[in-house]
Amino acid sequence: MTVGRRSWTSRTRAYLEQRLPSANLLPDRQPYYVGSWVYVFGIVTIAALVWVLASGVVLAFFGPDWWHINRAGRFFNSIHFWGVQVFFVFMVLHLWGQYFAAGWRDGRAKTWMIGVVIFLVSIVAAFTGYVSQQNFDAQWIAVNAKDAMNSVGAGAFFNVLNFGQMYGIHVMLLPIAVVMLVGLHIVLVRMKGVVKPIDRRARQDS
Amino acid sequence: MTARIQPTQEEYYRGIPTVPYDLVKELAIALAAVLALIVVLAALLSSPDVAPATVQTWAASDPVGFVATATDELSGSTVAANYGPPYNSGSGSIQGFGFLSPQSWLGVHQPVDPANDFVLAPLKVASAGNTDLAAALDTYIKADDKTRQGWLSGYSKALKDAKADPSGSFTLATGDYGPLPVMMDGLRRQAQGGGLDGVLLSRGGFYQTDYTRPLLFMGDGGYLAGLADAQKLTGSQWGMMNETGSYPGQTWLWLYTFWYQVPPFAGSSNADLGVVLTVTLLSLGLMLTPFIPGLRDIPYLIPVHRLIWRTPPPTNGGGQTAAPGSLPVPH
Repeated sequence: MTVGRRSWTSRTRAYLEQRLPSANLLPDRQPYYVGSWVYVFGIVTIAALVWVLASGVVLAFFGPDWWHINRAGRFFNSIHFWGVQVFFVFMVLHLWGQYFAAGWRDGRAKTWMIGVVIFLVSIVAAFTGYVSQQNFDAQWIAVNAKDAMNSVGAGAFFNVLNFGQMYGIHVMLLPIAVVMLVGLHIVLVRMKGVVKPIDRRARQDS
Repeated sequence: MTARIQPTQEEYYRGIPTVPYDLVKELAIALAAVLALIVVLAALLSSPDVAPATVQTWAASDPVGFVATATDELSGSTVAANYGPPYNSGSGSIQGFGFLSPQSWLGVHQPVDPANDFVLAPLKVASAGNTDLAAALDTYIKADDKTRQGWLSGYSKALKDAKADPSGSFTLATGDYGPLPVMMDGLRRQAQGGGLDGVLLSRGGFYQTDYTRPLLFMGDGGYLAGLADAQKLTGSQWGMMNETGSYPGQTWLWLYTFWYQVPPFAGSSNADLGVVLTVTLLSLGLMLTPFIPGLRDIPYLIPVHRLIWRTPPPTNGGGQTAAPGSLPVPH
Protein backbone atom coordinates (compact mmCIF):
# COMPACT_ATOMS: atom_id res chain seq x y z
CA MET A 1 0.00 0.00 0.00
CA THR A 2 1.35 3.38 -0.95
CA VAL A 3 1.21 6.01 1.73
CA GLY A 4 0.82 9.42 0.13
CA ARG A 5 2.38 12.62 1.32
CA ARG A 6 -0.99 13.75 2.72
CA SER A 7 -1.58 10.65 4.86
CA TRP A 8 -2.52 11.11 8.52
CA THR A 9 0.89 9.79 9.52
CA SER A 10 2.84 12.20 7.32
CA ARG A 11 0.64 15.09 8.39
CA THR A 12 1.16 14.22 12.07
CA ARG A 13 4.92 13.97 11.54
CA ALA A 14 4.98 17.28 9.69
CA TYR A 15 2.95 18.94 12.45
CA LEU A 16 5.24 17.61 15.19
CA GLU A 17 8.37 18.51 13.26
CA GLN A 18 7.09 22.04 12.89
CA ARG A 19 5.54 22.51 16.33
CA LEU A 20 7.65 20.30 18.56
CA PRO A 21 11.09 19.73 17.10
CA SER A 22 13.53 18.10 19.51
CA ALA A 23 15.29 21.44 19.97
CA ASN A 24 12.06 22.80 21.46
CA LEU A 25 11.29 19.68 23.52
CA LEU A 26 14.73 19.69 25.15
CA PRO A 27 16.16 23.15 24.47
CA ASP A 28 19.67 24.10 25.55
CA ARG A 29 19.03 27.82 25.18
CA GLN A 30 16.15 29.87 26.54
CA PRO A 31 15.09 33.52 26.39
CA TYR A 32 17.03 35.62 28.87
CA TYR A 33 13.93 36.33 30.98
CA VAL A 34 13.68 32.67 32.04
CA GLY A 35 16.32 33.56 34.61
CA SER A 36 13.59 34.09 37.25
CA TRP A 37 12.73 32.22 40.42
CA VAL A 38 9.14 31.79 39.27
CA TYR A 39 10.12 29.10 36.77
CA VAL A 40 11.54 26.92 39.54
CA PHE A 41 8.07 26.17 40.92
CA GLY A 42 6.97 24.23 37.84
CA ILE A 43 9.92 21.89 37.78
CA VAL A 44 9.94 21.24 41.54
CA THR A 45 6.22 20.42 41.29
CA ILE A 46 7.11 17.79 38.69
CA ALA A 47 9.92 16.53 40.93
CA ALA A 48 7.51 16.18 43.87
CA LEU A 49 5.05 14.33 41.63
CA VAL A 50 7.79 11.88 40.65
CA TRP A 51 8.46 11.03 44.30
CA VAL A 52 4.75 10.83 45.12
CA LEU A 53 4.34 8.32 42.28
CA ALA A 54 7.47 6.36 43.24
CA SER A 55 6.46 6.06 46.91
CA GLY A 56 2.90 5.27 45.81
CA VAL A 57 4.15 2.38 43.68
CA VAL A 58 5.94 0.92 46.70
CA LEU A 59 2.85 1.33 48.91
CA ALA A 60 0.57 -0.17 46.26
CA PHE A 61 2.91 -3.13 45.76
CA PHE A 62 2.88 -4.11 49.43
CA GLY A 63 -0.84 -3.47 49.88
CA PRO A 64 -2.94 -1.16 52.03
CA ASP A 65 -2.21 -2.91 55.38
CA TRP A 66 1.58 -2.89 55.15
CA TRP A 67 2.36 0.65 56.25
CA HIS A 68 0.25 0.32 59.42
CA ILE A 69 2.32 -2.58 60.76
CA ASN A 70 5.80 -2.18 59.32
CA ARG A 71 8.37 0.56 60.07
CA ALA A 72 9.67 0.65 56.50
CA GLY A 73 6.09 0.84 55.31
CA ARG A 74 5.39 3.74 57.64
CA PHE A 75 8.47 5.52 56.29
CA PHE A 76 7.32 5.07 52.70
CA ASN A 77 3.85 6.28 53.69
CA SER A 78 5.49 9.34 55.27
CA ILE A 79 7.44 9.97 52.04
CA HIS A 80 4.14 9.73 50.18
CA PHE A 81 2.34 11.99 52.67
CA TRP A 82 4.97 14.74 52.69
CA GLY A 83 5.53 14.37 48.97
CA VAL A 84 1.86 15.21 48.45
CA GLN A 85 2.09 18.21 50.78
CA VAL A 86 5.19 19.51 48.97
CA PHE A 87 3.58 18.79 45.57
CA PHE A 88 0.57 20.94 46.43
CA VAL A 89 2.62 23.77 47.94
CA PHE A 90 4.78 24.04 44.81
CA MET A 91 1.82 23.55 42.46
CA VAL A 92 -0.09 26.41 44.11
CA LEU A 93 3.01 28.63 43.96
CA HIS A 94 3.40 27.70 40.28
CA LEU A 95 -0.28 28.50 39.70
CA TRP A 96 -0.09 31.91 41.38
CA GLY A 97 3.21 32.65 39.64
CA GLN A 98 1.67 31.94 36.26
CA TYR A 99 -1.44 33.92 37.17
CA PHE A 100 0.54 37.06 37.95
CA ALA A 101 2.67 36.44 34.87
CA ALA A 102 -0.59 36.16 32.87
CA GLY A 103 0.90 32.97 31.48
CA TRP A 104 -2.08 32.41 29.17
CA ARG A 105 -1.03 35.19 26.81
CA ASP A 106 -0.03 34.76 23.18
CA GLY A 107 -2.07 31.60 22.52
CA ARG A 108 -1.32 29.79 25.79
CA ALA A 109 -4.89 29.62 27.17
CA LYS A 110 -5.00 25.83 26.64
CA THR A 111 -1.83 25.41 28.69
CA TRP A 112 -3.35 27.44 31.54
CA MET A 113 -6.67 25.55 31.40
CA ILE A 114 -5.00 22.14 31.46
CA GLY A 115 -2.90 23.35 34.39
CA VAL A 116 -6.05 24.23 36.34
CA VAL A 117 -7.55 20.82 35.44
CA ILE A 118 -4.37 19.17 36.80
CA PHE A 119 -4.84 21.10 40.04
CA LEU A 120 -8.48 19.98 40.34
CA VAL A 121 -7.79 16.34 39.41
CA SER A 122 -4.89 16.32 41.89
CA ILE A 123 -7.29 17.42 44.64
CA VAL A 124 -9.54 14.45 43.85
CA ALA A 125 -6.48 12.17 43.73
CA ALA A 126 -5.33 13.39 47.15
CA PHE A 127 -8.86 13.12 48.53
CA THR A 128 -9.19 9.47 47.45
CA GLY A 129 -5.83 8.90 49.10
CA TYR A 130 -7.03 10.40 52.37
CA VAL A 131 -10.13 8.15 52.44
CA SER A 132 -8.00 5.09 51.53
CA GLN A 133 -5.71 5.39 54.56
CA GLN A 134 -7.69 2.84 56.61
CA ASN A 135 -7.31 4.86 59.79
CA PHE A 136 -9.45 7.27 61.80
CA ASP A 137 -8.78 10.19 59.45
CA ALA A 138 -10.06 8.12 56.53
CA GLN A 139 -13.23 7.22 58.44
CA TRP A 140 -14.03 10.73 59.53
CA ILE A 141 -13.28 12.35 56.18
CA ALA A 142 -15.40 9.74 54.37
CA VAL A 143 -18.35 10.05 56.77
CA ASN A 144 -18.41 13.84 56.29
CA ALA A 145 -17.53 13.99 52.62
CA LYS A 146 -20.31 11.61 51.67
CA ASP A 147 -22.90 14.36 52.26
CA ALA A 148 -21.20 16.73 49.81
CA MET A 149 -20.91 13.95 47.21
CA ASN A 150 -24.50 12.85 47.73
CA SER A 151 -25.86 16.41 47.59
CA VAL A 152 -24.75 16.81 43.97
CA GLY A 153 -25.70 13.27 43.00
CA ALA A 154 -22.08 12.10 42.69
CA GLY A 155 -22.63 9.71 45.61
CA ALA A 156 -24.70 7.53 43.30
CA PHE A 157 -21.55 6.37 41.51
CA PHE A 158 -18.68 7.71 43.67
CA ASN A 159 -19.17 6.11 47.08
CA VAL A 160 -16.56 7.52 49.46
CA LEU A 161 -17.54 4.90 52.07
CA ASN A 162 -16.47 2.11 49.71
CA PHE A 163 -12.79 1.56 50.39
CA GLY A 164 -12.32 -0.76 47.41
CA GLN A 165 -13.69 1.80 44.98
CA MET A 166 -11.69 4.69 46.45
CA TYR A 167 -8.45 2.68 46.62
CA GLY A 168 -8.76 1.49 43.03
CA ILE A 169 -9.44 5.00 41.79
CA HIS A 170 -6.56 6.37 43.90
CA VAL A 171 -3.83 3.93 42.88
CA MET A 172 -4.85 3.44 39.25
CA LEU A 173 -7.18 5.83 37.50
CA LEU A 174 -6.23 9.21 38.97
CA PRO A 175 -2.44 8.75 38.81
CA ILE A 176 -2.81 7.86 35.12
CA ALA A 177 -5.00 10.94 34.61
CA VAL A 178 -2.57 13.26 36.43
CA VAL A 179 0.47 11.90 34.58
CA MET A 180 -1.24 12.19 31.18
CA LEU A 181 -2.42 15.73 31.90
CA VAL A 182 1.00 16.79 33.20
CA GLY A 183 2.57 15.27 30.07
CA LEU A 184 0.19 17.25 27.87
CA HIS A 185 0.84 20.41 29.92
CA ILE A 186 4.61 20.03 29.49
CA VAL A 187 4.29 19.33 25.76
CA LEU A 188 2.19 22.48 25.35
CA VAL A 189 4.73 24.51 27.33
CA ARG A 190 7.55 23.20 25.16
CA MET A 191 5.56 23.69 21.93
CA LYS A 192 4.70 27.29 22.68
CA GLY A 193 7.82 28.24 24.58
CA VAL A 194 7.90 30.50 27.64
CA VAL A 195 5.62 33.52 27.40
CA LYS A 196 7.26 36.93 27.07
CA PRO A 197 7.34 39.30 30.04
CA ILE A 198 4.34 41.56 30.41
CA ASP A 199 4.89 44.68 28.39
CA ARG A 200 2.36 47.27 29.47
CA ARG A 201 2.90 49.24 26.30
CA ALA A 202 2.01 46.36 24.01
CA ARG A 203 -0.53 44.25 25.83
CA GLN A 204 -1.68 41.01 24.21
CA ASP A 205 -4.31 38.75 25.70
CA SER A 206 -5.10 35.21 24.67
CA MET B 1 -12.88 32.70 7.61
CA THR B 2 -9.14 32.23 7.75
CA ALA B 3 -7.38 30.03 10.28
CA ARG B 4 -5.26 31.90 12.81
CA ILE B 5 -1.66 30.86 12.25
CA GLN B 6 0.33 30.52 15.48
CA PRO B 7 3.95 31.62 15.27
CA THR B 8 6.63 29.00 15.73
CA GLN B 9 8.99 29.42 18.69
CA GLU B 10 11.65 30.80 16.37
CA GLU B 11 9.21 33.45 15.15
CA TYR B 12 7.94 34.18 18.67
CA TYR B 13 11.42 34.62 20.14
CA ARG B 14 12.81 36.60 17.18
CA GLY B 15 14.92 39.47 18.44
CA ILE B 16 14.97 38.23 22.06
CA PRO B 17 18.41 37.37 23.45
CA THR B 18 18.83 33.78 24.63
CA VAL B 19 21.05 32.25 27.27
CA PRO B 20 22.32 28.70 27.85
CA TYR B 21 19.83 26.60 29.82
CA ASP B 22 20.35 22.99 30.97
CA LEU B 23 16.83 21.67 31.44
CA VAL B 24 17.83 18.09 32.24
CA LYS B 25 20.35 19.26 34.83
CA GLU B 26 17.70 21.48 36.40
CA LEU B 27 15.30 18.52 36.61
CA ALA B 28 17.99 16.33 38.17
CA ILE B 29 18.78 18.98 40.79
CA ALA B 30 15.05 19.49 41.49
CA LEU B 31 14.55 15.73 41.94
CA ALA B 32 17.46 15.51 44.38
CA ALA B 33 16.45 18.63 46.33
CA VAL B 34 12.79 17.64 46.64
CA LEU B 35 13.72 14.07 47.64
CA ALA B 36 16.03 15.43 50.33
CA LEU B 37 13.26 17.71 51.60
CA ILE B 38 10.57 15.03 51.83
CA VAL B 39 12.96 12.43 53.28
CA VAL B 40 13.90 14.87 56.05
CA LEU B 41 10.22 15.68 56.68
CA ALA B 42 9.31 11.98 56.68
CA ALA B 43 12.17 11.01 58.98
CA LEU B 44 11.54 13.82 61.45
CA LEU B 45 7.75 14.04 61.42
CA SER B 46 6.51 10.62 60.18
CA SER B 47 2.82 10.59 59.18
CA PRO B 48 -0.52 10.41 60.97
CA ASP B 49 -2.02 6.99 61.66
CA VAL B 50 -4.57 6.97 64.47
CA ALA B 51 -6.24 3.56 64.63
CA PRO B 52 -9.72 3.44 63.13
CA ALA B 53 -12.79 3.33 65.34
CA THR B 54 -14.73 0.08 65.19
CA VAL B 55 -18.22 -0.89 66.22
CA GLN B 56 -16.46 -3.02 68.84
CA THR B 57 -14.58 -0.07 70.38
CA TRP B 58 -17.78 2.00 70.21
CA ALA B 59 -19.87 -0.61 72.07
CA ALA B 60 -17.09 -1.16 74.60
CA SER B 61 -16.47 2.50 75.41
CA ASP B 62 -20.08 3.68 75.26
CA PRO B 63 -22.51 0.74 75.59
CA VAL B 64 -25.47 2.98 76.40
CA GLY B 65 -24.83 5.23 73.41
CA PHE B 66 -24.39 2.23 71.17
CA VAL B 67 -27.67 0.61 72.27
CA ALA B 68 -29.48 3.97 72.09
CA THR B 69 -28.35 4.39 68.47
CA ALA B 70 -29.38 0.82 67.61
CA THR B 71 -32.80 1.49 69.20
CA ASP B 72 -33.16 4.67 67.14
CA GLU B 73 -32.30 2.68 64.01
CA LEU B 74 -35.21 0.36 64.79
CA SER B 75 -37.59 3.25 65.37
CA GLY B 76 -36.39 4.92 62.17
CA SER B 77 -35.32 8.18 63.82
CA THR B 78 -31.63 8.29 62.85
CA VAL B 79 -30.00 10.27 60.06
CA ALA B 80 -29.26 7.10 58.07
CA ALA B 81 -32.83 5.82 58.46
CA ASN B 82 -34.23 9.02 56.95
CA TYR B 83 -31.32 9.91 54.67
CA GLY B 84 -32.76 9.45 51.20
CA PRO B 85 -30.76 8.83 48.02
CA PRO B 86 -28.38 7.19 47.39
CA TYR B 87 -29.17 4.94 50.41
CA ASN B 88 -32.94 4.72 50.77
CA SER B 89 -36.27 6.38 50.03
CA GLY B 90 -36.16 8.79 52.98
CA SER B 91 -35.96 12.56 52.56
CA GLY B 92 -34.14 13.79 55.68
CA SER B 93 -30.81 14.55 53.98
CA ILE B 94 -31.95 15.48 50.47
CA GLN B 95 -30.54 18.84 49.45
CA GLY B 96 -31.87 21.06 46.72
CA PHE B 97 -32.66 24.57 45.56
CA GLY B 98 -36.13 24.58 44.03
CA PHE B 99 -36.16 22.18 41.11
CA LEU B 100 -32.39 21.70 41.37
CA SER B 101 -31.92 18.49 43.36
CA PRO B 102 -29.49 16.12 41.63
CA GLN B 103 -29.49 13.92 44.73
CA SER B 104 -33.16 13.11 44.12
CA TRP B 105 -32.74 12.79 40.38
CA LEU B 106 -30.13 10.02 40.64
CA GLY B 107 -32.08 7.88 43.13
CA VAL B 108 -31.04 4.93 45.31
CA HIS B 109 -27.76 3.26 44.30
CA GLN B 110 -26.35 1.83 47.56
CA PRO B 111 -29.49 0.53 49.26
CA VAL B 112 -29.29 0.62 53.05
CA ASP B 113 -32.16 -0.32 55.39
CA PRO B 114 -30.70 0.63 58.80
CA ALA B 115 -33.28 -1.20 60.97
CA ASN B 116 -32.72 -4.45 59.16
CA ASP B 117 -29.08 -4.07 58.08
CA PHE B 118 -27.69 -2.66 61.34
CA VAL B 119 -29.85 -4.47 63.92
CA LEU B 120 -32.28 -7.21 62.84
CA ALA B 121 -30.08 -9.05 60.33
CA PRO B 122 -27.05 -9.11 62.68
CA LEU B 123 -29.34 -10.35 65.50
CA LYS B 124 -30.55 -13.13 63.27
CA VAL B 125 -26.92 -14.21 62.86
CA ALA B 126 -26.34 -13.94 66.63
CA SER B 127 -29.49 -15.90 67.46
CA ALA B 128 -28.12 -19.12 65.97
CA GLY B 129 -27.86 -21.41 69.00
CA ASN B 130 -29.32 -18.76 71.33
CA THR B 131 -32.97 -19.66 71.89
CA ASP B 132 -33.74 -16.67 74.13
CA LEU B 133 -32.47 -14.24 71.53
CA ALA B 134 -34.21 -16.11 68.71
CA ALA B 135 -37.51 -15.98 70.62
CA ALA B 136 -37.13 -12.26 71.39
CA LEU B 137 -36.37 -11.51 67.76
CA ASP B 138 -39.36 -13.57 66.65
CA THR B 139 -41.61 -11.68 69.09
CA TYR B 140 -40.39 -8.34 67.78
CA ILE B 141 -40.81 -9.23 64.13
CA LYS B 142 -44.33 -10.59 64.65
CA ALA B 143 -45.51 -7.57 66.69
CA ASP B 144 -47.51 -4.85 64.99
CA ASP B 145 -46.01 -1.39 64.39
CA LYS B 146 -47.90 0.30 67.22
CA THR B 147 -46.69 -2.26 69.76
CA ARG B 148 -43.12 -2.00 68.48
CA GLN B 149 -43.15 1.81 68.68
CA GLY B 150 -44.45 1.59 72.24
CA TRP B 151 -41.57 -0.67 73.26
CA LEU B 152 -39.02 1.43 71.37
CA SER B 153 -40.29 4.72 72.81
CA GLY B 154 -40.23 3.47 76.40
CA TYR B 155 -36.84 1.78 75.98
CA SER B 156 -35.32 4.85 74.35
CA LYS B 157 -36.53 7.09 77.21
CA ALA B 158 -35.23 4.68 79.84
CA LEU B 159 -31.81 4.59 78.16
CA LYS B 160 -31.39 8.30 78.85
CA ASP B 161 -31.07 7.45 82.57
CA ALA B 162 -29.21 4.17 82.10
CA LYS B 163 -26.10 3.64 84.14
CA ALA B 164 -23.15 1.85 82.54
CA ASP B 165 -21.36 -0.68 84.73
CA PRO B 166 -17.73 -1.91 84.60
CA SER B 167 -18.78 -5.17 82.90
CA GLY B 168 -19.61 -3.26 79.72
CA SER B 169 -23.36 -3.53 80.31
CA PHE B 170 -25.79 -1.09 81.92
CA THR B 171 -28.76 -1.05 84.27
CA LEU B 172 -32.14 0.24 83.22
CA ALA B 173 -35.30 1.23 85.09
CA THR B 174 -37.92 -1.50 84.95
CA GLY B 175 -40.64 -1.10 82.35
CA ASP B 176 -42.52 -2.79 79.52
CA TYR B 177 -39.93 -2.88 76.76
CA GLY B 178 -41.12 -6.14 75.21
CA PRO B 179 -38.26 -8.20 73.73
CA LEU B 180 -35.95 -5.18 73.38
CA PRO B 181 -33.76 -5.79 76.48
CA VAL B 182 -32.91 -9.30 75.27
CA MET B 183 -32.38 -8.14 71.68
CA MET B 184 -30.20 -5.19 72.62
CA ASP B 185 -28.22 -7.23 75.11
CA GLY B 186 -27.53 -9.69 72.30
CA LEU B 187 -26.53 -6.91 69.89
CA ARG B 188 -24.28 -5.27 72.48
CA ARG B 189 -22.53 -8.56 73.22
CA GLN B 190 -22.14 -9.24 69.52
CA ALA B 191 -20.64 -5.76 69.02
CA GLN B 192 -18.33 -5.93 72.03
CA GLY B 193 -17.09 -9.33 70.88
CA GLY B 194 -16.20 -7.89 67.47
CA GLY B 195 -18.71 -9.98 65.52
CA LEU B 196 -20.93 -7.08 64.51
CA ASP B 197 -18.08 -5.39 62.59
CA GLY B 198 -17.81 -8.42 60.37
CA VAL B 199 -21.55 -8.92 59.98
CA LEU B 200 -22.10 -5.27 58.96
CA LEU B 201 -19.34 -5.55 56.39
CA SER B 202 -20.50 -8.86 54.92
CA ARG B 203 -22.70 -8.87 51.87
CA GLY B 204 -22.83 -12.62 51.59
CA GLY B 205 -19.60 -13.14 49.72
CA PHE B 206 -16.10 -13.80 51.05
CA TYR B 207 -14.14 -10.69 50.02
CA GLN B 208 -15.36 -7.32 51.31
CA THR B 209 -14.25 -3.75 50.70
CA ASP B 210 -17.43 -1.70 51.10
CA TYR B 211 -17.72 -0.02 54.52
CA THR B 212 -20.92 1.91 53.75
CA ARG B 213 -23.04 0.16 56.38
CA PRO B 214 -20.67 0.20 59.38
CA LEU B 215 -19.68 3.81 58.68
CA LEU B 216 -23.29 4.96 58.36
CA PHE B 217 -24.14 3.15 61.60
CA MET B 218 -21.20 4.68 63.47
CA GLY B 219 -21.99 8.06 61.94
CA ASP B 220 -25.44 7.93 63.53
CA GLY B 221 -23.97 7.62 67.03
CA GLY B 222 -22.02 10.18 68.99
CA TYR B 223 -18.87 8.08 69.40
CA LEU B 224 -17.21 8.89 66.06
CA ALA B 225 -18.08 12.59 66.34
CA GLY B 226 -16.72 12.66 69.90
CA LEU B 227 -13.38 11.24 68.76
CA ALA B 228 -13.27 13.74 65.88
CA ASP B 229 -14.08 16.65 68.17
CA ALA B 230 -11.23 15.67 70.48
CA GLN B 231 -8.90 15.72 67.45
CA LYS B 232 -10.31 19.09 66.25
CA LEU B 233 -11.66 17.56 63.05
CA THR B 234 -15.27 18.74 63.06
CA GLY B 235 -16.73 21.07 60.48
CA SER B 236 -16.82 24.09 62.79
CA GLN B 237 -13.12 23.45 63.42
CA TRP B 238 -12.34 23.62 59.67
CA GLY B 239 -12.02 19.84 59.92
CA MET B 240 -11.56 19.13 56.20
CA MET B 241 -8.18 20.84 56.39
CA ASN B 242 -6.96 19.05 59.52
CA GLU B 243 -5.64 15.63 60.30
CA THR B 244 -5.22 13.83 63.60
CA GLY B 245 -2.34 15.14 65.65
CA SER B 246 -0.65 18.29 64.41
CA TYR B 247 -0.25 17.14 60.83
CA PRO B 248 -1.39 19.25 57.92
CA GLY B 249 -4.43 17.84 56.19
CA GLN B 250 -5.97 18.83 52.90
CA THR B 251 -4.97 22.48 53.31
CA TRP B 252 -5.62 23.04 49.60
CA LEU B 253 -9.34 22.69 50.46
CA TRP B 254 -9.25 25.91 52.52
CA LEU B 255 -11.52 27.74 50.11
CA TYR B 256 -14.01 24.86 50.05
CA THR B 257 -14.03 24.65 53.86
CA PHE B 258 -14.22 28.42 54.18
CA TRP B 259 -17.73 28.59 52.67
CA TYR B 260 -19.12 26.32 55.39
CA GLN B 261 -18.08 28.89 58.00
CA VAL B 262 -19.93 31.89 56.54
CA PRO B 263 -23.53 32.83 55.66
CA PRO B 264 -25.59 31.82 53.83
CA PHE B 265 -24.05 28.34 54.02
CA ALA B 266 -23.17 28.18 57.74
CA GLY B 267 -25.96 26.21 59.38
CA SER B 268 -27.91 25.77 56.14
CA SER B 269 -29.55 22.41 55.47
CA ASN B 270 -28.44 22.81 51.85
CA ALA B 271 -24.88 23.82 52.74
CA ASP B 272 -23.19 20.93 50.93
CA LEU B 273 -24.98 21.54 47.64
CA GLY B 274 -24.49 25.30 47.91
CA VAL B 275 -20.77 25.03 48.71
CA VAL B 276 -20.07 22.43 46.02
CA LEU B 277 -21.86 24.53 43.39
CA THR B 278 -20.05 27.68 44.53
CA VAL B 279 -16.64 26.02 44.43
CA THR B 280 -17.47 24.48 41.03
CA LEU B 281 -18.29 27.93 39.66
CA LEU B 282 -15.10 29.39 41.16
CA SER B 283 -13.06 26.53 39.67
CA LEU B 284 -14.61 27.18 36.26
CA GLY B 285 -13.75 30.85 36.71
CA LEU B 286 -10.14 29.96 37.47
CA MET B 287 -9.98 27.69 34.43
CA LEU B 288 -11.53 30.29 32.13
CA THR B 289 -9.51 33.20 33.52
CA PRO B 290 -7.87 33.93 30.13
CA PHE B 291 -11.31 34.76 28.73
CA ILE B 292 -12.83 36.69 31.65
CA PRO B 293 -12.32 40.47 31.47
CA GLY B 294 -11.40 41.86 34.86
CA LEU B 295 -10.04 38.58 36.18
CA ARG B 296 -7.44 38.41 33.41
CA ASP B 297 -6.54 42.07 33.91
CA ILE B 298 -5.46 41.77 37.54
CA PRO B 299 -1.86 40.77 36.65
CA TYR B 300 -1.57 44.11 34.85
CA LEU B 301 -3.10 46.09 37.72
CA ILE B 302 -1.09 44.41 40.48
CA PRO B 303 2.40 44.37 38.98
CA VAL B 304 3.80 41.25 40.62
CA HIS B 305 5.33 40.61 37.19
CA ARG B 306 7.93 43.24 38.00
CA LEU B 307 9.17 40.93 40.76
CA ILE B 308 9.02 37.94 38.43
CA TRP B 309 10.94 39.45 35.53
CA ARG B 310 13.78 41.43 37.03
CA THR B 311 16.53 40.02 34.86
CA PRO B 312 17.70 42.63 32.35
CA PRO B 313 18.45 41.57 28.77
CA PRO B 314 22.09 40.64 28.24
CA THR B 315 24.07 43.61 27.00
CA ASN B 316 26.37 41.62 24.77
CA GLY B 317 23.93 40.91 21.98
CA GLY B 318 20.39 41.67 20.94
CA GLY B 319 19.93 38.76 18.55
CA GLN B 320 18.80 35.17 19.14
CA THR B 321 22.20 33.98 20.21
CA ALA B 322 23.50 35.89 23.15
CA ALA B 323 26.95 34.74 24.18
CA PRO B 324 26.87 31.47 26.18
CA GLY B 325 27.07 31.99 29.90
CA SER B 326 26.15 35.65 29.67
CA LEU B 327 23.52 35.20 32.38
CA PRO B 328 23.40 32.73 35.23
CA VAL B 329 20.55 30.25 35.04
CA PRO B 330 18.78 29.68 38.35
CA HIS B 331 18.27 26.18 39.67
